[in-house]
Amino acid sequence: MADKIVLEIARYAPERDEQPSFQTFEVPFHKEWVVLDALNHVKDKVDGTLTYRWSCRMGICGSCGMMVNGEPKLTCATFLSSYGSGTKVRVEPLRYFPVVRDLVTALSDFLVKLQKVKPWLIRKEEPPLSAGEFLQTPEQLDLYKQFSMCINCTLCYAACPVVGLEPTFVGPAALALAQRYNLDNRDQGAAERLGLLAHPDGIWGCTFVGECTRVCPKHVDPAGAIQQYKLKAALEWVKSFVLPRGHDDAAKKEAA
Amino acid sequence: MSERSHPYTEFHPRWYRERVSTYWWMGSWRYLKFILRELSSVAVAWSVGMTLFLLRALLRGPEAYARFAHRMQSPGLIVLNLIAFCFLLLHTITWFNLAPRAMPVRVGGKRVPEFLVAAPNYVLWIVASAVVGWFILRSS
Repeated sequence: MADKIVLEIARYAPERDEQPSFQTFEVPFHKEWVVLDALNHVKDKVDGTLTYRWSCRMGICGSCGMMVNGEPKLTCATFLSSYGSGTKVRVEPLRYFPVVRDLVTALSDFLVKLQKVKPWLIRKEEPPLSAGEFLQTPEQLDLYKQFSMCINCTLCYAACPVVGLEPTFVGPAALALAQRYNLDNRDQGAAERLGLLAHPDGIWGCTFVGECTRVCPKHVDPAGAIQQYKLKAALEWVKSFVLPRGHDDAAKKEAA
Repeated sequence: MSERSHPYTEFHPRWYRERVSTYWWMGSWRYLKFILRELSSVAVAWSVGMTLFLLRALLRGPEAYARFAHRMQSPGLIVLNLIAFCFLLLHTITWFNLAPRAMPVRVGGKRVPEFLVAAPNYVLWIVASAVVGWFILRSS
């Protein structure tokens, strides 16, 4: 007989339940299976009503993030073998997000926050097409590349207690993405983003727990991005005292 | 139809929102470590206060200093200062380790490894402690 593993899956049907409860499923244990394979097995063979998000199965789309034994994980990259045959694996929706059904969370709040930080290249003026493309040196690319690897899987939000305690906190992924554009030499929108970022709901909301960086499957290091921006914002603040006029001129020059 | 039989509509589903427990930080060692790190700032404030009292006693002369030294020898204060010292160590080590994350140092376009950024902090800490230790031990 093949080895088995027990999945404890959080179930929530808004039309029926007041709160989620756990349902246990026994699934075959294959060493090449990830948690997502086990969920697919349940949906295909046992209970077709099980609801969850997934798409690429290769850590690119960022859809299949869930809490696995209390840890935020991409279920497509979490092998059953890391828990061992015969053990219990508890699968829950990502923490701190409202649950729509079973393992599906509502992302609308995150998407609003993401848009707020203007995660796109902002130009004061567009050079004509005839001027050619924007060239970047490997060093210029290296400055922001790490922060550009984010796949919006929101594992970092589920790891950050500030997200749970302060619903208005912009959160790790959005702040890291803002910093990704701030550090891009083609971007001129740092001054536009400053108001939202250097704010109690922005970088100053972060208490540097550091869990966002630990759980990030793409090694983005949102905590690092936020601390670096804190340092920059603090220096700007000091400069505005020491060189009130010179600082304004410098900021204008930078913005231009 | 009652609201219960139609708790949500297609466009406004009734979402389940879990309340964050007051004791969220007790669920994992990592969160507990974070809370202890934050709490260590109280120990820092306590130590700064103690140092200021020490300086005041020194400025007021030998008698005031002797009174201060005598007070500091009470068992309660010794225990309190030992706890504060442990928290100071935690505070120092955790912040030194976090420094490279907040300050990525680049040399020749390449990021310097994190331990090389943290190391000077530790070296300075040890040198400063050695100098202070030598100064105290020499005079006693």
